[in-house]
Amino acid sequence: MPQLLIKNGHVIDPASATDTQADVLIQDGYIAAVGAVRAPAAEVLDASGLIVAPGFIDMHVHLREPGFEHAETIETGARAAAAGGFTSICSMPNTLPVNDNATVTSYIIERARKLAATNVFPIGAITKNSAGEELSAIGSMKAAGVVAISDDGRPVMNARVMRRAMEFARSFDLPVIDHCEDLHLSAGGDMHEGYESVRLGLHGIPASSEDVMVARDILLAETTGARFHVAHISTRNAMAMVAYAKQRGLPITCEATPHHFSLTDSQMVPYDSNFKMKPPLRSACDTGAVVEGIVSGAVDAIATDHAPHPGSEKMQEFEKCPFGIIGLETALGLALEHLVHTGKITLARLVALFTTGPARVLHLDRGTLAEGAPADVTIFSTDLRWTYDVNQSFSKSRNSPFDGHAFRGGPVATIVNGAVVWQRE
Amino acid sequence: MPAGMLGIEELDRAEIEAILARAKHFQPIQDQSLKKLDTLRGKMIVNLFFEASTRTRTSFEIAAKRLGADAISIAASGSSVSKGESLVDTLNTLAAMRPNAIVMRHSASGAPHFLARHLAMPIINAGDGTHEHPTQALLDARTILDRRPTLEGLRVAIIGDIAHSRVARSNVYLLSKFGAEIVLCGPASLLPPQLAQMAPGVTLTNDIREALLGTDVIMMLRVQLERQHEAAFPTAEYFQFYGLRLEHLALAKPDAIVMHPGPINRGRELSSEVADSQRSVILNQVENGVAVRMAVLERVIG
Repeated sequence: MPQLLIKNGHVIDPASATDTQADVLIQDGYIAAVGAVRAPAAEVLDASGLIVAPGFIDMHVHLREPGFEHAETIETGARAAAAGGFTSICSMPNTLPVNDNATVTSYIIERARKLAATNVFPIGAITKNSAGEELSAIGSMKAAGVVAISDDGRPVMNARVMRRAMEFARSFDLPVIDHCEDLHLSAGGDMHEGYESVRLGLHGIPASSEDVMVARDILLAETTGARFHVAHISTRNAMAMVAYAKQRGLPITCEATPHHFSLTDSQMVPYDSNFKMKPPLRSACDTGAVVEGIVSGAVDAIATDHAPHPGSEKMQEFEKCPFGIIGLETALGLALEHLVHTGKITLARLVALFTTGPARVLHLDRGTLAEGAPADVTIFSTDLRWTYDVNQSFSKSRNSPFDGHAFRGGPVATIVNGAVVWQRE
Repeated sequence: MPAGMLGIEELDRAEIEAILARAKHFQPIQDQSLKKLDTLRGKMIVNLFFEASTRTRTSFEIAAKRLGADAISIAASGSSVSKGESLVDTLNTLAAMRPNAIVMRHSASGAPHFLARHLAMPIINAGDGTHEHPTQALLDARTILDRRPTLEGLRVAIIGDIAHSRVARSNVYLLSKFGAEIVLCGPASLLPPQLAQMAPGVTLTNDIREALLGTDVIMMLRVQLERQHEAAFPTAEYFQFYGLRLEHLALAKPDAIVMHPGPINRGRELSSEVADSQRSVILNQVENGVAVRMAVLERVIG
C-alpha cells in the first residue's frame, strides 16, 4: 500500500481550523491521519520549517488545449501549476473548438487524466462558441464534468441571454462565472483608462466597463437566484458592489488575481506587453480596494488567470499584442509578499483563499486535509529566497511581468492524489 | 543603449535649448543657394514610415541630405511590412544593413520605444500613434522663439482633438519645461481630465473663447477622424464650436500667432481667412522643420 508521511510540518487546514505542528499521513491517495503519527511509513517527507496545506486550487486557468497548443498544453500548463503549488486547476473554455459541449469536456478530462500532473476541472462555455447568442449544452457538460460555466474573455453582452444562462445554470447547480467587461465601453482599449493611458497615448479601458457588468450581473443573479462569480475583480466600485451583495446574503462570490493586487498601472514598463492583460492593471486606488476586499473577506479566492501567449505574439506593437500573462508559478510568492509579509492577512487566511475559497465557489470536494479526503497537499515556505526565471518556466509561454523578481517564500512540494508531482530542487 | 530621440518627456531643458540653438544656426542655410554641409558625410539614415506622411518624411530626408548624409525612405505599403513581416523582424533586417539611425513614424503609440529596447540602433521618433511627436514640438518652439525672446510666461492655447494628438503631448512637455502657461481646449470627449496632471502649468477648458483670452500662441490641431474609435463629437458641429475664425483672434493678444502642424483642413479646424492671415506662421513651421531636424540628426548621429 503506497504510503507517504509528511513529518514535522506546520499544518494549516482552514476547513478544520487546524493551525498547528503536525504530521500528515497519506495512504492510497487519501488523507489517512493528521496529528502526531508515530507509525513508520514507506516514504517520509520532512517538512520541518514548512507549511503543510491542503492542495491549492486555481479556478481560472487557460490551458489552450485543444487548438492553441503552440501557447500551452494541458500537460505543460499542469506542470507549471504543480510548480506553483497548485494541485487542481480549472480550465477556461476559450479553446478551439470552444468547450461548449460534452464531447470537448470529455476530451479535456481524458487528456488531463493521461497527461496532467494536477487535477483539471473544466469550465464550460455559457453560449455556443462563446458567441453570446445561444446557450451551450450546459446540462450535458455538467454531466461530463464541468464545474462552472463562463464565456471568459468574450463576455455575454446580451443581458437577456445572461439571464437565461443564470436560470439554466441554477437548474444544474452550476455557478456562472463572468469576465465582467462591457465590450462597447472597452472597445479599442489597451490599458486602464487614467493618467498613465493619457500620458502614454494608449487607448483606455475605463473602470466603468467592469463596473456596469458587475452591477448588471449582480442584479440578474438576484432575479434568477443563480450562484454568480466575478472573475478577476479589479476595480473599487466592483469590489464595493460585491461586498454589498454579500452583505445582503446573495450567493455572489469573486476572485482576485495576484497581478491585480500587486501591480498598478503606473508600475507597468511602458509599452511592454508583459503588462498587458484584461482587466488591465488598475490605479493604486483600485488595487488598494482589491487588497481591502481580500482582507475583509469580500474576495473568496485568489486565481491566476494564467494566460499563455507565445513570444511571437507578445513581441509586437503594444496595441497589437494579445491580452494576458502567465501566473501559475508566481501566485503564491506574490500573495505572500503583498498580503502576508505586509501583515494584511494571516497565513491561514492566505491558505483559505487558495483552498476552501475556490472549493466552496465550485462545490469541489477538495481544499481540505480532512481524513478520507483526496490527498492533495501543498507544502510551502514563507521564507525561502528564490528568483523567478521565466525561461525556466514549465509553461510553454514566457509572458510574465515578474521575470527576475526576487521572492521571499514559495512552493516547495506539490502532492496530487498522494503522489509527489513536483518538488523544489 | 544608443541614444536616439524618442520623446520630449525624457529630454531636459538644456538638451532642448541646445537643439533649438543649433537649429537657429542652421536656419540661414535654407536661404543659401548652396545648401549642403558635410557634417554627416558618409552616414546613412533610413526613414521608415509606417504611416502616410509627406511633410515630416520629406523634411527629415532634406535635413539628412543637407548635412551630407545619405537618406533613404521606405514607406510601409509596398515593403515587407505589408507582406506580413513583424515590426521587430523588419527593423532587425534594416539594422543589419548598418544605417546610423532609423527615423520612424508608426501608428502605434510606443512602437519606437518597444523597438529601442530590442535594437542596438538609435531610433528617432517621427511620431508614434497618439503619444509623441518630438521634432514637431521642437520646430514649434523654434517658430515661437523666432518671434518671442522666451517661452517663459507665454500663454499658449492648444485647441482641438487633444486626446488623440501626439503633437499636443510633445508640446505640453516642451512648453511646460520652459515655464509657459498651457491651455488645452476641446470638447470633453477629446479632452480627458488627466491631461491636467501631465505637466506643471496645464489647464483645461471646453470653451474656445476662454482658451483664446489673452493668449500669445494659438496652436490648432488637426481633427484626426481616423484616430477616433467612435464619433466622439458630431463632426458637423466641430467648426462651429472649436474651429478658429477671424473674429476669435480679437480675444488673443494683438500680436498672437496662429500655428498648425499641418496638413490643415480649411473650414474644419480653422477658416481659410485665418490660415492665410498675417497671424499664421504655418509655413514658417514647415520651414523650421528642416533646420530642427538637422539639429536632431546631428545630435543623434554626429
